[in-house]
Amino acid sequence: MKITLAEGAGGVSTARLISEVFAKHFQNPILAGMEDAAVLPTESFSQIALTTDSFVVTPLFFKGGDIGRLAVAGTVNDLLMRGATPRYLTAAFIIETGTDTDTLEKIARSMAETAKEAGVLIVAGDTKVVEGDGQVFINTTGVGFVPAGVEISASRAEVGDVVLLSGTLGDHHAALLSARMGIENAVESDAAPLTAMVQELLSAGIRLHAMRDVTRGGLGTVLTEIAEASGVQIELEEESLPLTPAVKSFCGLLGLSPLYMGNEGKLIALLPAEEAERAIEIVRSSPYGKNAAIIGTVAAGDGVILRTPLGGRRKIGPLVGEGLPRIC
Amino acid sequence: MRTADLVQAIAAYDGKPLTIMEVCGTHTAAISECGIPSLLPSTIRLISGPGCPVCVTVSAYIDRLIQLATSPNTCVVSFGDVLRVKGSSGDLRSTKGARVEMVYTPFRALELAESDPYTTFVFAAVGFETTAPLYALLVEQIIARGIDNLKLLTALKTMPAVIRTLCQEDNTGGNACTADFFSTIDGFIAPGHVATVTGSALFGELAQEVGKPFAVAGFTAPSLLAAILALAGSAGRAEVYNFYPSAVTAEGNLEALAKVDRYFEPCNAAWRGLGTIPHSGLRLREAFAHLDAGSDALTADHIPAGCHCGQVIAGKCAPANCPMFGKACTPESPIGACMVSMEGACYHHYINDRR
Repeated sequence: MKITLAEGAGGVSTARLISEVFAKHFQNPILAGMEDAAVLPTESFSQIALTTDSFVVTPLFFKGGDIGRLAVAGTVNDLLMRGATPRYLTAAFIIETGTDTDTLEKIARSMAETAKEAGVLIVAGDTKVVEGDGQVFINTTGVGFVPAGVEISASRAEVGDVVLLSGTLGDHHAALLSARMGIENAVESDAAPLTAMVQELLSAGIRLHAMRDVTRGGLGTVLTEIAEASGVQIELEEESLPLTPAVKSFCGLLGLSPLYMGNEGKLIALLPAEEAERAIEIVRSSPYGKNAAIIGTVAAGDGVILRTPLGGRRKIGPLVGEGLPRIC
Repeated sequence: MRTADLVQAIAAYDGKPLTIMEVCGTHTAAISECGIPSLLPSTIRLISGPGCPVCVTVSAYIDRLIQLATSPNTCVVSFGDVLRVKGSSGDLRSTKGARVEMVYTPFRALELAESDPYTTFVFAAVGFETTAPLYALLVEQIIARGIDNLKLLTALKTMPAVIRTLCQEDNTGGNACTADFFSTIDGFIAPGHVATVTGSALFGELAQEVGKPFAVAGFTAPSLLAAILALAGSAGRAEVYNFYPSAVTAEGNLEALAKVDRYFEPCNAAWRGLGTIPHSGLRLREAFAHLDAGSDALTADHIPAGCHCGQVIAGKCAPANCPMFGKACTPESPIGACMVSMEGACYHHYINDRR
């Protein structure tokens, strides 16, 4: 069945869409009340973490994921990067007319599976229908609780820290570009919630100073922001950057740099060098972390420097422009 | 020689100060990406030359593309870089009403034209000898498939003549933006991709003619380092070295050259900042002129006030010495073409803080 403006009118059709597609998959006692607002227990934490993100990806389904998985994993990962335990999500859908309800159901199912994996409940939501051509946009807002003593911030990297990257670079970005350009290859998106990885690091008592998920803008942008916020210089070893052969050749073909390509299931963590070995072991044995590597160190100074395999050094800045593929 | 030994040998260079020009834009990118500038002694300076195809394209060409893209039932098809290069007033991407399709291969234009017969598609055929064979194949396909709504707007450049121009004393000496900068070029890293098509012998003849050494290099660090070391050790001998033997032969790719020759002929070409240089470009032959979208006489070269792109391309001005560099002109809002292209000298000097 195709979505029409009736499904957005707030009447019977809207109620049917919500109950037959969204509530069916997101079911939990808090959502089931269908109240105007979800009332949540505060548990024993004194601090909450709150974040929001909108997802406007084309195509909606791609190798390794879909917009639903992204919408849950993206917001969950943002909570995790501050050391929060993700608990609750809201999900707001802006649906264009012409969207198939089967498409919506696939997205809802994927969100429910990802939420379960990530350990969060979807407790509030909204649907709106606009005239259009079958595109779907999703906003998710996430709430998490921050345990006492956990203080992770982009401004807390210290001289002597190491930079841990949880896996290969560029997979999500390369998968989406491949899908849009009709290129057949082995590249798959890495969209995934990193709950288990981060919680294992926290419960092992690893002193995480700064964490970020490596999303839009890529590693270059994220590390530049951390270097600036912390007032340090980050030095990367090019040879230690993990890349799948498929992404490597894709980047070579289009003249793209994996340093500026987004992921949706990778993090960087800056932590004391003496804890590097233990941290890498934890990450490598957690889901989505088997290709983790220590990729650099933090020193006094500013900016991000890449040491090339030759021993040369070059500065890495944030992504500029939109990285148009080169001409030849 | 092992890579580490090459690095060491270059660092130990104790001869006279040298200025080496890497002609090709892909070399500019590879040199920056490998961090080579940080490994050179202060006596060896690398400068970027006129080998980035969008950097050397004149404003009249961009203006013509914009004119076409805003004409009724007309769509310009282009690689990404071209979209942000400014003509005399604006660029293609930000021109209101301009119809543009960005592609990754020229052959996509064939599908576009076949799927929409009521639109005339114009491919922005910018490039050097490297890309010309692709355009020759495109023309071949246009004819073979009987497509009558796909044309080319060409700004095709060829290599040797522009280097000859750069080597003419009066051209490299005058109006440099700092007095001591680049008074002479001591040697050239010859473009690897171009040489794959043209052959290395072409650069051997040029070496003899201009009395300077040339080293053909590939795009890996060892190949580039070997080229730099050879040029440093050449003591100015007018020779050609080939450090890209896996892809470059003396005579070149004869099949590709024949294909290009079938559809294109040499012509005078306008280069940004350098003027019109005889026999430095290619245009469609008379028999295929009906496939041309008005490429002739696009010579006007409007450079925004204060932009030093013209001198940067000629190696007469270091990017950082342009008063707009990193201030008014950044990759986010580029003024000159050299800041637009991911192979442009200014872009790389800015992005990698190259000195």
